[in-house]
Amino acid sequence: MGKVFAFHGGIHPPENKHQSTQCPIAIAPLAKVLNVPVQQHIGAPAKVCVNIGDKVLKGQRIADAQGKVSVPIHAPSSGIIKAIAEHPVPHPSGMPALCISIETDGLDEWIEHSGLEDFRTLSKHQLIDYIRDRGIAGMGGAGFPTAVKLHLGDDHIVNTLIINAAECEPYISADDLLMRERASQIVSGIDVLQHLLAPSHIIIGIEDNKPQAIRALEIAIQDCKYNIDVVGVPTKYPSGGEKQLIQLLTNVEVPNGGIPADVGIVCQNVGTVYAIHQAVKHGESLISRVVTVTGDGVAKPQNYQTLIGTPFSLLLEAAGMYTQKTSRLIVGGPMMGFSIDKLDTPVVKTSNCIIAATSTEMPAPEPAQACIRCGLCEQVCPVQLLPQQLHWFAKGQEYQKAQQHNLFDCIECGACSYVCPSNIPLVQYYRHAKTSIREEQQDKRKSDLARERFEAKQDREQRAVDEKAAKRKARAEQAAKAQAEKKAIEKAPVLTPQVQLISLQNALKAANSTVLIAQQKLTDQTAQGNSATLDLCNLQLQKAQKQLEQAQLALDAFESKNETPAVDTKKLKIAAAQANTKLLKAKQALKGAIEKSQPGIELLESTISQLESEAASATTMYLAATQESTTIEKAAVTSEAELAATTPIAPAIKASNDSKDCKKLKIAAAILRAKLKKSQTQLALLGEQPPTQPDYQKLEEEITSLQQKLVTAEQEYQHSVALQPELNSTVPVKPALKSIPEQSAAAIIVDNKKLKTIAAIARTKAKKAQNELDKLIESGQQDSLVAKQLIEDLTRLNEKVLSTQNTYQTAKGPTTNAPEDENEQLQANFAKAQNLYDKASAALIKAQADNSPAVEKMETSIAKLKSRVDSAHNALTASSSNNQE
Amino acid sequence: MSIIIAVSVLLGLAIIFGMILGFSAIKFHVEGNPIVNQIDEILPQTQCGQCGHPGCRPYAESIANGEAINKCPPGGQATIEALANLLDLEVLELDGEHDENPVKTVAYIREDECIGCTKCIQACPVDAILGAAKQMHTVIIDECTGCDLCVAPCPVDCIDMLPLATNITNWKWQAPSAFSDHSHQLIATDKRPAVELES
Amino acid sequence: MSDFLLIIVSTVLVNNFVLVQFLGLCPFMGVSNKLETAMGMSLATTFVLTISSVCSYLVHEYLLTPFSLGYMKTIAFILVIAVVVQFTEMVVRKTSPLLHKVLGIFLPLITTNCAVLGVALLNIKKMNNFMESIVFGFGAALGFSLALILFSAIRERIAVADVPSPFKGAAVGMVTAGLMSLAFLGFSGLVQI
Repeated sequence: MGKVFAFHGGIHPPENKHQSTQCPIAIAPLAKVLNVPVQQHIGAPAKVCVNIGDKVLKGQRIADAQGKVSVPIHAPSSGIIKAIAEHPVPHPSGMPALCISIETDGLDEWIEHSGLEDFRTLSKHQLIDYIRDRGIAGMGGAGFPTAVKLHLGDDHIVNTLIINAAECEPYISADDLLMRERASQIVSGIDVLQHLLAPSHIIIGIEDNKPQAIRALEIAIQDCKYNIDVVGVPTKYPSGGEKQLIQLLTNVEVPNGGIPADVGIVCQNVGTVYAIHQAVKHGESLISRVVTVTGDGVAKPQNYQTLIGTPFSLLLEAAGMYTQKTSRLIVGGPMMGFSIDKLDTPVVKTSNCIIAATSTEMPAPEPAQACIRCGLCEQVCPVQLLPQQLHWFAKGQEYQKAQQHNLFDCIECGACSYVCPSNIPLVQYYRHAKTSIREEQQDKRKSDLARERFEAKQDREQRAVDEKAAKRKARAEQAAKAQAEKKAIEKAPVLTPQVQLISLQNALKAANSTVLIAQQKLTDQTAQGNSATLDLCNLQLQKAQKQLEQAQLALDAFESKNETPAVDTKKLKIAAAQANTKLLKAKQALKGAIEKSQPGIELLESTISQLESEAASATTMYLAATQESTTIEKAAVTSEAELAATTPIAPAIKASNDSKDCKKLKIAAAILRAKLKKSQTQLALLGEQPPTQPDYQKLEEEITSLQQKLVTAEQEYQHSVALQPELNSTVPVKPALKSIPEQSAAAIIVDNKKLKTIAAIARTKAKKAQNELDKLIESGQQDSLVAKQLIEDLTRLNEKVLSTQNTYQTAKGPTTNAPEDENEQLQANFAKAQNLYDKASAALIKAQADNSPAVEKMETSIAKLKSRVDSAHNALTASSSNNQE
Repeated sequence: MSIIIAVSVLLGLAIIFGMILGFSAIKFHVEGNPIVNQIDEILPQTQCGQCGHPGCRPYAESIANGEAINKCPPGGQATIEALANLLDLEVLELDGEHDENPVKTVAYIREDECIGCTKCIQACPVDAILGAAKQMHTVIIDECTGCDLCVAPCPVDCIDMLPLATNITNWKWQAPSAFSDHSHQLIATDKRPAVELES
Repeated sequence: MSDFLLIIVSTVLVNNFVLVQFLGLCPFMGVSNKLETAMGMSLATTFVLTISSVCSYLVHEYLLTPFSLGYMKTIAFILVIAVVVQFTEMVVRKTSPLLHKVLGIFLPLITTNCAVLGVALLNIKKMNNFMESIVFGFGAALGFSLALILFSAIRERIAVADVPSPFKGAAVGMVTAGLMSLAFLGFSGLVQI
């Protein structure tokens, strides 16, 4: 016998073991339906590996272990899988859990099995796996998978193996009977453990209230080769607690939060050892266990070898339960067990006892009263905690402090509750506190995880947004770059007139300085009297002077081109126009005078002739000025070419200058046309009203004069336009190309001539129409209808004039390489606008004839259309002048 | 005269102190508010936005800046108490009409009805919904925070917020109600024999 | 040296600032719900009390007295205390986040603690010298801490005790404080100072 030490606290509740130890272990009857829970151990539940309707044999595996801390489940008897569903299980919550229901066939037919002949031939790992495959888990109460404990030998030095046979809880006698009847098998199981863990010392710890078991074990270990002791420990609750038993037997305290293996000790329950024997020697999986059925509620308290999954009702029936007397059913011992209320709850691997208690045996607890701080709980606590403090903390929900007071070291033995004079359910407080703390921790973990995931998601989204932004930015940059490149390409060859001017001025300066130098040289040579070089110097000076002149000329030309000619021509033009208007007025006055046969006609006639001559001179001056400007430009061009200091855009600028004139002429033509039209409409109006001859005539005359003017203006315009290609052709950028534009210019001139003739024909037609009108008026047929027709004719003719101009412009088109499409479009626009306008005016005339009230409106719309026509025309002229560049 | 001296002395003192504080405010400037982390720890991290902030941390920051602590329905009264305790504030009632002790729920997708629009996946702040376009979606129960942000976007209303059922694994011991009858509870206290202590 | 011991005993027990002189009752009632917060408050108060008694002594001795501005001492001391508290808070926050975690939220509360001003003023009244001022301030803080921690420990217990509902909360706290004050009266006459 080894030495026995002591642990702190402990209580001595009435044992009540004798009731169930009177009879040997009986075999429990075979239940019709066995409900085998998939989780009967600590760790992950086993995974069902059979289907409903499958036929299973006794010992056949029906659920596989999942993960490391798990064990498989085997069929306790042969039969058919009836259901895999939720079923009540022994659990303090009373809640159902997944069970495999087997309908037994009564044959109890074993699957083929055999034990290991010599387990020592297997490696330790193989042997442990074998034990695990037999589904062995701790049978003391917690149900910790035995294989995990046996693996402790791998990384821990195990000095002592303790076989826990204390069975300290009242009422329970399953281990006691097991030891009494099957001591040799237990020793055989110890043999296996000895092989696996190789401890130096094996102690069987057994409470001294089981003398028969002690004797049986002592006999069994007599011929054991190794160091094995059966140690009787004093009967005191809870000596069967793992840590308490270790302290009792070795006086070693397992550190807080540690496991016994940390101090070189492994503990196994005696029932587990027996199961190991059964597995190793006979190959039988853990499918049955010894269950104590006791309490005053049963007639025949007894231990039963019971198949796992057998409902408690069957055991209680076998033991003869008094249904009336029994007030409650308790699974496990009275200290740490829990009550169940469903009789079909099955036996599991950890069910060591069922107590059918009467109300006198286990009365309802008295109401709890306030803590009187007696300190009894502290005295009985086997783990030396401060139950009273823990109680306060648990009650006040100060879980952190409870944890600081080592709440989790509490083994929930119930000793404190047992001794509490105020009947405070202390253990329940602790259990609640523990689960609450665990829940809190789990929530914390979950919230941490949620935070992590949330942040990860945010991060990811932010990244996506950033990437998008970066991409967009890159794209924008690329586009900007491309744009800039494009711009640079466009910009590069452009030179502003200022730059040109500067360069010209520079050239002039340079020429000036050369002249000065030459003069200096000349004077020097003269002073020296060197006649031989004198001539040479003179020549040089002349050359330099020429250069200077040229440069000056070029500069002047450039400057005048930029400013003067336009102004001059404008002035001249205005003068011409003034002269013309004066002439017109005078003519009108003359006409009026003639009609009224007033005196002073002669005077007027003379004034008219004077004015006519004035106008003619002004026009010629104007034309001369235009020609002059062109000649100046020509000269400038030549000088530029000679100086070779100019850039190819010089002609372009010049051309644009020319086209300005051209444009002006065109605009003048347009104005004239407008005037013509106006007078025509007036004429039409008059035609409708009872016409007075003189007015009519006057208007007609006006029309003719206007038409003539128009013709002259057009001619002028055409002349200038015809001049332009010539100018363009003279641009001496590449003299070799000169001939080609010249040819084309000639062709254009020919074309223009043709068009001119067409215009002339149109005009003659217009004249004819006018004549007809005259005739009509003369014949007194002042019918408005005929007048209208004539007016329409006039308009048509005007249109023809216009169209010829258009064709002329189109004909002009090919000479330029500029956008013809645009030009065409503009022309089309113009034609359209013109048409619209004409139509509108015709409609107006009609409306006026009918005296319709919409006349005013129509007039305004006509004005609008007119402006449109004008703008279209302007655009067209601008574009065509551009084309000529 | 004495008044001027008094005023100037105190003024000088105040200016000196002000300078000291101003200097130390720059010198001892601390980035971030450590209290925010503590508050964030207490918040339930459902990221549900029911407080009006996009996530728990922004709310923690605004609590640190003085916002009311009673705007977290998922946390319930327990969170309010914890925050009040941390910040030494008054315990307030939960803002708005909410249950005082909210039942923890998780989203559940009725998978037959799911059309695979991925809207709920985008809405989930913790990526707890699995699925792809035109494929059925499902919720990872363990990672669902029960924020119910996925319910509204669902075009076919196939998401339910179901309370987490108590089962044998998450069952917890009930607190004994003080001074009441425990006849159906712990059996260790049932028996009332004479107390036997170890002699 | 024995003078200092006497000052300590006097301030901690005989003339306890909270329970006998009834100064600093605000934090005494307000921050005593939990033992932890009470400890944090005690630490912070000890820190501030000692430093502010030093500072206020210096201000009084070298600023107010030379200008014979003794009548301005209350205003000046309030200024000094506020600055000391703020400065301390900043320094602690920067140098020791852990200490700031413990003291953090209590430091600003102390600004308005009348015990702090009381100590400063009493120092002048008693005409304590520099060292005496320090010891006096420290002793006062110890006394405050003792009362606060005792009281909070009691209140924690009371919180889970079966208190008749009309007395629950602050009411029973007041009763407790009164009883504690009575108990501390028993120290009177222990030291003559």
